[in-house]
Amino acid sequence: MMTIQNYVRPGTLEEAYALNQKKANRVIGGMLWTRLENPRIQTAVDLADLGLRGIREEEDGFHIGAMTTLRDLETSQALNDYTQGAVRAAVCHIVGVQLRNMATVGGSLYSRFGFSDVTTLFLALDAEVELYKRGRIALSAYDKEKRDRDILTGVVIPKRGEIRAVYESVRRQATDFPILTMAGVCRGDGTLTFSVGARPGIAAAFSENAQAVRDMGPAAFGKAGRAGDKKAP
Amino acid sequence: MRVEIILNGERIGREADPDMTLYDFVRAEGCLSVKCGCESSSCGLCTVFVDDVPVLSCSMLAARAAGHRVDTLEGLQEEAGAFIGFLADRGADQCGFCNPGMVMNTIALLRENPNPTEEDVKAYLAGNLCRCSGYEGQLDAIMTYLRTRKEKTSRLWESRCARRTPWNSCPARRAIRLTLPPGSVL
Repeated sequence: MMTIQNYVRPGTLEEAYALNQKKANRVIGGMLWTRLENPRIQTAVDLADLGLRGIREEEDGFHIGAMTTLRDLETSQALNDYTQGAVRAAVCHIVGVQLRNMATVGGSLYSRFGFSDVTTLFLALDAEVELYKRGRIALSAYDKEKRDRDILTGVVIPKRGEIRAVYESVRRQATDFPILTMAGVCRGDGTLTFSVGARPGIAAAFSENAQAVRDMGPAAFGKAGRAGDKKAP
Repeated sequence: MRVEIILNGERIGREADPDMTLYDFVRAEGCLSVKCGCESSSCGLCTVFVDDVPVLSCSMLAARAAGHRVDTLEGLQEEAGAFIGFLADRGADQCGFCNPGMVMNTIALLRENPNPTEEDVKAYLAGNLCRCSGYEGQLDAIMTYLRTRKEKTSRLWESRCARRTPWNSCPARRAIRLTLPPGSVL
Protein backbone atom coordinates (compact mmCIF):
# COMPACT_ATOMS: atom_id res chain seq x y z
CA MET A 1 0.00 0.00 0.00
CA MET A 2 1.26 3.43 -0.92
CA THR A 3 1.52 5.82 2.02
CA ILE A 4 1.92 9.59 1.91
CA GLN A 5 2.59 11.78 4.95
CA ASN A 6 2.11 15.16 3.27
CA TYR A 7 0.55 16.39 0.03
CA VAL A 8 1.72 19.62 -1.56
CA ARG A 9 0.74 21.34 -4.81
CA PRO A 10 3.58 23.81 -5.44
CA GLY A 11 2.72 27.02 -7.23
CA THR A 12 6.19 27.40 -8.71
CA LEU A 13 8.73 25.08 -10.29
CA GLU A 14 11.37 26.32 -7.85
CA GLU A 15 9.22 25.14 -4.96
CA ALA A 16 8.61 21.77 -6.65
CA TYR A 17 12.33 21.38 -7.35
CA ALA A 18 13.28 22.23 -3.76
CA LEU A 19 10.82 19.68 -2.39
CA ASN A 20 12.07 17.04 -4.80
CA GLN A 21 15.64 17.20 -3.50
CA LYS A 22 14.65 15.19 -0.46
CA LYS A 23 14.98 11.50 -1.18
CA ALA A 24 11.81 10.59 0.72
CA ASN A 25 9.70 12.90 -1.42
CA ARG A 26 8.21 11.96 -4.79
CA VAL A 27 6.85 13.91 -7.72
CA ILE A 28 3.26 12.95 -8.60
CA GLY A 29 2.41 12.92 -12.30
CA GLY A 30 -0.21 10.36 -13.25
CA MET A 31 0.80 8.38 -10.18
CA LEU A 32 -0.11 5.13 -11.92
CA TRP A 33 3.27 3.41 -11.90
CA THR A 34 4.25 5.08 -8.61
CA ARG A 35 1.29 3.48 -6.90
CA LEU A 36 2.33 -0.01 -8.02
CA GLU A 37 5.68 0.40 -6.25
CA ASN A 38 3.89 0.69 -2.86
CA PRO A 39 6.21 3.53 -1.87
CA ARG A 40 6.46 5.19 1.49
CA ILE A 41 6.37 8.86 0.51
CA GLN A 42 7.02 11.67 2.95
CA THR A 43 5.78 14.51 0.74
CA ALA A 44 3.94 13.97 -2.53
CA VAL A 45 4.79 16.85 -4.86
CA ASP A 46 1.83 17.30 -7.21
CA LEU A 47 2.73 19.20 -10.41
CA ALA A 48 -0.96 19.79 -11.34
CA ASP A 49 -0.93 23.59 -10.76
CA LEU A 50 2.19 24.43 -12.79
CA GLY A 51 0.54 24.80 -16.19
CA LEU A 52 2.57 21.91 -17.60
CA ARG A 53 -0.23 20.32 -19.60
CA GLY A 54 -0.63 21.11 -23.27
CA ILE A 55 0.65 20.60 -26.79
CA ARG A 56 1.87 23.72 -28.62
CA GLU A 57 2.81 23.59 -32.27
CA GLU A 58 5.48 26.14 -33.11
CA GLU A 59 7.78 26.77 -36.06
CA ASP A 60 10.57 24.69 -34.57
CA GLY A 61 8.49 21.81 -33.29
CA PHE A 62 5.83 20.50 -30.96
CA HIS A 63 6.26 21.68 -27.37
CA ILE A 64 4.57 19.16 -25.10
CA GLY A 65 4.22 19.86 -21.37
CA ALA A 66 5.21 17.10 -18.96
CA MET A 67 1.70 16.81 -17.49
CA THR A 68 0.17 16.23 -20.94
CA THR A 69 -1.72 12.95 -20.74
CA LEU A 70 -1.26 10.00 -23.07
CA ARG A 71 -4.88 10.53 -24.15
CA ASP A 72 -4.02 14.14 -25.08
CA LEU A 73 -1.28 12.73 -27.33
CA GLU A 74 -3.66 10.12 -28.74
CA THR A 75 -6.31 12.65 -29.71
CA SER A 76 -4.02 15.45 -30.88
CA GLN A 77 -4.96 16.21 -34.49
CA ALA A 78 -1.76 18.21 -35.06
CA LEU A 79 0.62 15.54 -33.73
CA ASN A 80 -1.10 12.73 -35.56
CA ASP A 81 -1.25 14.64 -38.82
CA TYR A 82 2.51 15.24 -38.56
CA THR A 83 3.26 11.57 -37.76
CA GLN A 84 0.57 9.88 -39.89
CA GLY A 85 -1.08 8.52 -36.76
CA ALA A 86 2.10 7.03 -35.27
CA VAL A 87 1.56 8.90 -31.99
CA ARG A 88 -1.93 7.41 -31.68
CA ALA A 89 -0.60 3.96 -32.58
CA ALA A 90 2.05 4.25 -29.88
CA VAL A 91 -0.36 4.86 -27.01
CA CYS A 92 -3.72 3.38 -28.03
CA HIS A 93 -2.93 -0.10 -26.65
CA ILE A 94 -1.87 1.10 -23.24
CA VAL A 95 -4.40 -0.42 -20.80
CA GLY A 96 -7.44 1.76 -21.41
CA VAL A 97 -8.88 5.20 -21.98
CA GLN A 98 -9.23 5.84 -18.24
CA LEU A 99 -5.54 5.17 -17.57
CA ARG A 100 -4.45 7.22 -20.56
CA ASN A 101 -6.52 10.12 -19.22
CA MET A 102 -4.20 10.14 -16.20
CA ALA A 103 -0.76 8.88 -17.32
CA THR A 104 1.57 11.72 -18.27
CA VAL A 105 4.19 11.96 -20.99
CA GLY A 106 6.60 13.34 -18.36
CA GLY A 107 6.18 10.29 -16.17
CA SER A 108 6.61 7.98 -19.15
CA LEU A 109 9.87 9.62 -20.24
CA TYR A 110 11.35 10.24 -16.76
CA SER A 111 10.89 6.60 -15.78
CA ARG A 112 12.89 5.34 -18.76
CA PHE A 113 11.04 2.04 -18.71
CA GLY A 114 12.16 -0.70 -21.08
CA PHE A 115 8.56 -1.38 -22.05
CA SER A 116 7.74 2.24 -22.87
CA ASP A 117 5.89 2.73 -26.16
CA VAL A 118 6.27 6.49 -25.71
CA THR A 119 10.06 6.37 -25.32
CA THR A 120 10.39 4.15 -28.40
CA LEU A 121 8.52 6.56 -30.65
CA PHE A 122 9.94 9.77 -29.18
CA LEU A 123 13.48 8.46 -29.66
CA ALA A 124 12.81 7.89 -33.35
CA LEU A 125 11.36 11.41 -33.53
CA ASP A 126 14.63 12.87 -32.13
CA ALA A 127 12.78 14.30 -29.16
CA GLU A 128 14.48 16.51 -26.59
CA VAL A 129 13.42 16.62 -22.95
CA GLU A 130 13.29 19.90 -21.03
CA LEU A 131 14.55 19.84 -17.47
CA TYR A 132 14.04 22.64 -14.97
CA LYS A 133 17.70 23.11 -14.00
CA ARG A 134 19.60 21.51 -16.87
CA GLY A 135 17.58 22.81 -19.79
CA ARG A 136 17.07 20.88 -23.01
CA ILE A 137 18.90 17.63 -23.71
CA ALA A 138 18.40 14.92 -26.31
CA LEU A 139 16.18 12.05 -25.20
CA SER A 140 18.82 9.63 -26.48
CA ALA A 141 21.30 11.09 -23.99
CA TYR A 142 18.72 11.36 -21.19
CA ASP A 143 17.86 7.66 -21.56
CA LYS A 144 21.46 6.69 -20.80
CA GLU A 145 21.41 8.52 -17.48
CA LYS A 146 20.14 7.38 -14.12
CA ARG A 147 17.06 9.07 -12.66
CA ASP A 148 17.98 12.31 -10.94
CA ARG A 149 16.17 14.95 -8.86
CA ASP A 150 15.65 17.52 -11.61
CA ILE A 151 12.06 18.20 -12.68
CA LEU A 152 11.15 17.15 -16.22
CA THR A 153 8.95 19.99 -17.42
CA GLY A 154 8.33 19.05 -21.04
CA VAL A 155 9.48 17.44 -24.25
CA VAL A 156 10.01 18.89 -27.71
CA ILE A 157 9.51 17.03 -30.98
CA PRO A 158 11.54 19.06 -33.47
CA LYS A 159 10.07 19.79 -36.87
CA ARG A 160 12.63 19.76 -39.66
CA GLY A 161 10.34 19.44 -42.61
CA GLU A 162 7.89 16.67 -43.36
CA ILE A 163 8.40 13.14 -42.10
CA ARG A 164 6.92 9.72 -42.64
CA ALA A 165 6.48 7.90 -39.34
CA VAL A 166 5.24 4.49 -38.31
CA TYR A 167 4.83 2.69 -34.98
CA GLU A 168 4.26 -1.01 -34.30
CA SER A 169 4.23 -3.11 -31.18
CA VAL A 170 3.92 -6.79 -30.36
CA ARG A 171 1.67 -7.62 -27.44
CA ARG A 172 0.49 -10.98 -26.18
CA GLN A 173 -2.96 -9.50 -25.79
CA ALA A 174 -4.61 -6.13 -26.22
CA THR A 175 -4.07 -3.63 -23.39
CA ASP A 176 -1.03 -5.55 -22.13
CA PHE A 177 2.60 -4.40 -21.87
CA PRO A 178 4.41 -4.73 -25.20
CA ILE A 179 7.04 -7.41 -25.64
CA LEU A 180 8.57 -5.59 -28.59
CA THR A 181 8.17 -2.06 -29.86
CA MET A 182 9.37 -0.42 -33.05
CA ALA A 183 9.21 3.05 -34.52
CA GLY A 184 10.50 4.22 -37.86
CA VAL A 185 10.86 7.80 -39.09
CA CYS A 186 11.90 8.78 -42.61
CA ARG A 187 12.95 12.39 -43.11
CA GLY A 188 13.09 14.61 -46.14
CA ASP A 189 16.91 14.65 -46.09
CA GLY A 190 16.97 10.91 -46.72
CA THR A 191 17.65 9.60 -43.21
CA LEU A 192 15.78 6.70 -41.70
CA THR A 193 15.72 6.41 -37.92
CA PHE A 194 14.66 3.14 -36.37
CA SER A 195 13.96 2.69 -32.70
CA VAL A 196 13.44 -0.69 -31.06
CA GLY A 197 12.24 -1.05 -27.48
CA ALA A 198 11.10 -3.66 -24.96
CA ARG A 199 14.20 -5.50 -26.16
CA PRO A 200 13.56 -6.16 -23.12
CA GLY A 201 15.79 -3.18 -22.33
CA ILE A 202 15.03 0.46 -22.92
CA ALA A 203 14.57 1.52 -26.54
CA ALA A 204 17.61 2.20 -28.68
CA ALA A 205 17.64 4.04 -31.97
CA PHE A 206 19.92 4.09 -34.95
CA SER A 207 19.88 6.18 -38.07
CA GLU A 208 20.84 5.14 -41.53
CA ASN A 209 20.85 6.71 -44.89
CA ALA A 210 17.58 5.70 -46.50
CA GLN A 211 19.21 4.81 -49.80
CA ALA A 212 21.73 2.54 -48.06
CA VAL A 213 18.85 0.65 -46.45
CA ARG A 214 17.09 0.32 -49.78
CA ASP A 215 20.34 -0.87 -51.39
CA MET A 216 20.57 -3.66 -48.83
CA GLY A 217 17.53 -5.13 -50.48
CA PRO A 218 15.23 -7.91 -49.28
CA ALA A 219 17.91 -10.56 -49.89
CA ALA A 220 19.97 -9.23 -46.96
CA PHE A 221 17.00 -9.60 -44.63
CA GLY A 222 16.20 -12.99 -46.08
CA LYS A 223 19.68 -14.33 -45.21
CA ALA A 224 19.42 -12.88 -41.71
CA GLY A 225 16.02 -14.51 -41.28
CA ARG A 226 17.31 -17.93 -42.34
CA ALA A 227 20.31 -17.64 -40.05
CA GLY A 228 17.88 -16.99 -37.21
CA ASP A 229 15.91 -20.12 -38.14
CA LYS A 230 18.99 -22.30 -37.67
CA LYS A 231 19.25 -21.13 -34.07
CA ALA A 232 15.59 -21.71 -33.27
CA PRO A 233 14.93 -24.87 -31.20
CA MET B 1 -6.20 17.62 5.49
CA ARG B 2 -9.61 18.83 4.36
CA VAL B 3 -10.61 17.78 0.87
CA GLU B 4 -13.65 19.28 -0.88
CA ILE B 5 -15.02 17.94 -4.15
CA ILE B 6 -18.27 18.47 -6.04
CA LEU B 7 -19.64 14.93 -5.93
CA ASN B 8 -22.64 14.26 -8.18
CA GLY B 9 -23.44 17.96 -8.12
CA GLU B 10 -23.14 18.39 -4.37
CA ARG B 11 -20.23 20.12 -2.62
CA ILE B 12 -18.83 17.53 -0.21
CA GLY B 13 -15.95 18.12 2.18
CA ARG B 14 -14.33 15.75 4.61
CA GLU B 15 -11.11 15.15 6.47
CA ALA B 16 -8.87 12.96 4.37
CA ASP B 17 -5.40 11.53 4.83
CA PRO B 18 -2.99 12.74 2.12
CA ASP B 19 -2.89 9.23 0.65
CA MET B 20 -6.66 8.74 0.53
CA THR B 21 -7.64 7.77 -2.97
CA LEU B 22 -10.65 9.22 -4.79
CA TYR B 23 -12.03 5.67 -4.73
CA ASP B 24 -12.01 5.58 -0.92
CA PHE B 25 -13.41 9.11 -0.77
CA VAL B 26 -16.46 8.47 -2.98
CA ARG B 27 -17.22 5.16 -1.29
CA ALA B 28 -16.99 6.81 2.14
CA GLU B 29 -19.60 9.25 0.86
CA GLY B 30 -21.96 6.43 -0.05
CA CYS B 31 -21.16 5.93 -3.74
CA LEU B 32 -20.89 2.19 -3.49
CA SER B 33 -21.38 1.59 -7.21
CA VAL B 34 -17.64 2.29 -7.57
CA LYS B 35 -15.82 -1.05 -7.24
CA CYS B 36 -12.22 -2.17 -6.82
CA GLY B 37 -11.35 -5.10 -9.06
CA CYS B 38 -7.59 -5.35 -9.42
CA GLU B 39 -5.47 -3.08 -7.17
CA SER B 40 -3.16 -2.60 -10.18
CA SER B 41 -4.86 0.18 -12.18
CA SER B 42 -5.77 -2.22 -14.95
CA CYS B 43 -9.45 -3.22 -14.74
CA GLY B 44 -11.61 -0.08 -15.06
CA LEU B 45 -14.14 -1.11 -12.41
CA CYS B 46 -13.40 2.02 -10.37
CA THR B 47 -14.14 4.39 -13.26
CA VAL B 48 -15.53 7.79 -12.26
CA PHE B 49 -15.71 11.08 -14.16
CA VAL B 50 -13.51 13.95 -13.04
CA ASP B 51 -14.65 17.08 -14.89
CA ASP B 52 -16.47 14.74 -17.33
CA VAL B 53 -13.32 12.75 -18.08
CA PRO B 54 -13.31 8.99 -17.24
CA VAL B 55 -10.47 8.12 -14.85
CA LEU B 56 -9.46 5.33 -12.46
CA SER B 57 -10.48 6.54 -9.01
CA CYS B 58 -8.23 3.93 -7.37
CA SER B 59 -5.17 5.66 -8.80
CA MET B 60 -6.09 9.27 -8.16
CA LEU B 61 -5.51 10.99 -4.84
CA ALA B 62 -8.64 12.58 -3.40
CA ALA B 63 -6.43 15.62 -2.88
CA ARG B 64 -5.73 15.77 -6.65
CA ALA B 65 -9.51 15.88 -7.28
CA ALA B 66 -10.07 18.65 -4.72
CA GLY B 67 -12.09 21.48 -6.22
CA HIS B 68 -13.14 19.42 -9.23
CA ARG B 69 -16.46 17.85 -10.28
CA VAL B 70 -16.67 14.13 -9.73
CA ASP B 71 -19.52 11.98 -11.07
CA THR B 72 -20.36 8.39 -10.24
CA LEU B 73 -23.18 6.20 -11.52
CA GLU B 74 -25.31 7.33 -8.56
CA GLY B 75 -25.49 10.75 -10.19
CA LEU B 76 -25.95 9.55 -13.77
CA GLN B 77 -29.03 7.36 -13.40
CA GLU B 78 -30.99 9.13 -16.13
CA GLU B 79 -28.21 9.06 -18.69
CA ALA B 80 -27.46 5.41 -17.92
CA GLY B 81 -31.12 4.41 -17.76
CA ALA B 82 -31.79 4.16 -21.47
CA PHE B 83 -28.93 1.76 -22.04
CA ILE B 84 -28.85 -0.33 -18.86
CA GLY B 85 -32.01 -2.21 -19.83
CA PHE B 86 -30.27 -3.47 -22.93
CA LEU B 87 -27.39 -4.88 -20.84
CA ALA B 88 -29.86 -6.86 -18.80
CA ASP B 89 -31.97 -7.97 -21.77
CA ARG B 90 -28.96 -9.22 -23.74
CA GLY B 91 -27.79 -11.25 -20.74
CA ALA B 92 -24.62 -9.19 -20.39
CA ASP B 93 -24.94 -8.97 -16.62
CA GLN B 94 -23.57 -12.06 -14.82
CA CYS B 95 -22.05 -11.29 -11.43
CA GLY B 96 -22.54 -7.61 -12.10
CA PHE B 97 -19.28 -6.45 -10.53
CA CYS B 98 -17.82 -4.96 -13.73
CA ASN B 99 -21.14 -3.39 -14.64
CA PRO B 100 -20.91 0.11 -13.05
CA GLY B 101 -17.46 0.78 -14.50
CA MET B 102 -18.55 -0.56 -17.88
CA VAL B 103 -21.66 1.65 -17.90
CA MET B 104 -19.65 4.70 -16.82
CA ASN B 105 -17.14 4.22 -19.60
CA THR B 106 -19.93 3.55 -22.12
CA ILE B 107 -21.54 6.85 -21.15
CA ALA B 108 -18.16 8.52 -21.69
CA LEU B 109 -17.82 6.82 -25.09
CA LEU B 110 -21.29 7.88 -26.27
CA ARG B 111 -20.73 11.45 -25.11
CA GLU B 112 -17.52 11.58 -27.16
CA ASN B 113 -18.83 9.60 -30.12
CA PRO B 114 -22.62 9.20 -30.35
CA ASN B 115 -22.39 6.82 -33.31
CA PRO B 116 -19.51 4.44 -32.70
CA THR B 117 -18.76 1.44 -34.88
CA GLU B 118 -18.11 -1.93 -33.26
CA GLU B 119 -14.38 -1.27 -33.59
CA ASP B 120 -14.78 2.12 -31.87
CA VAL B 121 -16.66 0.47 -29.00
CA LYS B 122 -14.06 -2.28 -28.58
CA ALA B 123 -11.19 0.23 -28.57
CA TYR B 124 -12.86 2.56 -26.06
CA LEU B 125 -14.00 -0.17 -23.66
CA ALA B 126 -10.75 -2.17 -23.85
CA GLY B 127 -9.83 -0.87 -20.40
CA ASN B 128 -12.94 -2.38 -18.79
CA LEU B 129 -12.31 -5.99 -17.81
CA CYS B 130 -14.99 -8.60 -17.11
CA ARG B 131 -14.17 -11.98 -15.59
CA CYS B 132 -17.52 -13.58 -16.32
CA SER B 133 -18.18 -12.95 -19.97
CA GLY B 134 -16.40 -12.83 -23.31
CA TYR B 135 -17.61 -9.24 -23.73
CA GLU B 136 -20.03 -10.28 -26.51
CA GLY B 137 -23.12 -9.51 -24.38
CA GLN B 138 -21.94 -6.00 -23.59
CA LEU B 139 -21.02 -5.27 -27.24
CA ASP B 140 -24.35 -6.69 -28.43
CA ALA B 141 -26.22 -4.55 -25.89
CA ILE B 142 -24.53 -1.34 -27.01
CA MET B 143 -24.98 -1.97 -30.74
CA THR B 144 -28.63 -2.97 -30.23
CA TYR B 145 -29.21 0.16 -28.13
CA LEU B 146 -27.70 2.34 -30.87
CA ARG B 147 -29.78 0.64 -33.58
CA THR B 148 -32.97 0.97 -31.55
CA ARG B 149 -32.24 4.62 -30.84
CA LYS B 150 -31.87 5.27 -34.56
CA GLU B 151 -35.10 3.44 -35.41
CA LYS B 152 -36.93 5.36 -32.70
CA THR B 153 -35.66 8.60 -34.19
CA SER B 154 -36.87 7.70 -37.67
CA ARG B 155 -40.25 6.47 -36.45
CA LEU B 156 -40.71 9.62 -34.40
CA TRP B 157 -39.86 11.71 -37.44
CA GLU B 158 -42.29 9.88 -39.67
CA SER B 159 -45.12 10.32 -37.22
CA ARG B 160 -44.45 14.06 -36.77
CA CYS B 161 -43.20 15.23 -40.16
CA ALA B 162 -45.76 17.41 -41.92
CA ARG B 163 -44.34 16.58 -45.31
CA ARG B 164 -44.93 12.90 -44.73
CA THR B 165 -41.57 12.26 -46.38
CA PRO B 166 -40.14 8.78 -45.88
CA TRP B 167 -37.11 8.82 -43.56
CA ASN B 168 -34.70 7.84 -46.29
CA SER B 169 -35.55 10.80 -48.54
CA CYS B 170 -35.85 13.45 -45.82
CA PRO B 171 -33.79 16.51 -46.79
CA ALA B 172 -33.24 17.51 -43.15
CA ARG B 173 -31.83 14.10 -42.41
CA ARG B 174 -29.49 14.37 -45.40
CA ALA B 175 -28.35 17.79 -44.23
CA ILE B 176 -27.64 16.51 -40.70
CA ARG B 177 -25.86 13.47 -42.13
CA LEU B 178 -23.42 15.70 -43.99
CA THR B 179 -22.28 17.21 -40.69
CA LEU B 180 -21.47 13.82 -39.13
CA PRO B 181 -18.36 11.70 -39.72
CA PRO B 182 -18.65 9.34 -42.69
CA GLY B 183 -20.19 6.02 -41.79
CA SER B 184 -22.33 7.52 -39.03
CA VAL B 185 -25.76 6.05 -38.56
CA LEU B 186 -28.66 8.51 -38.67
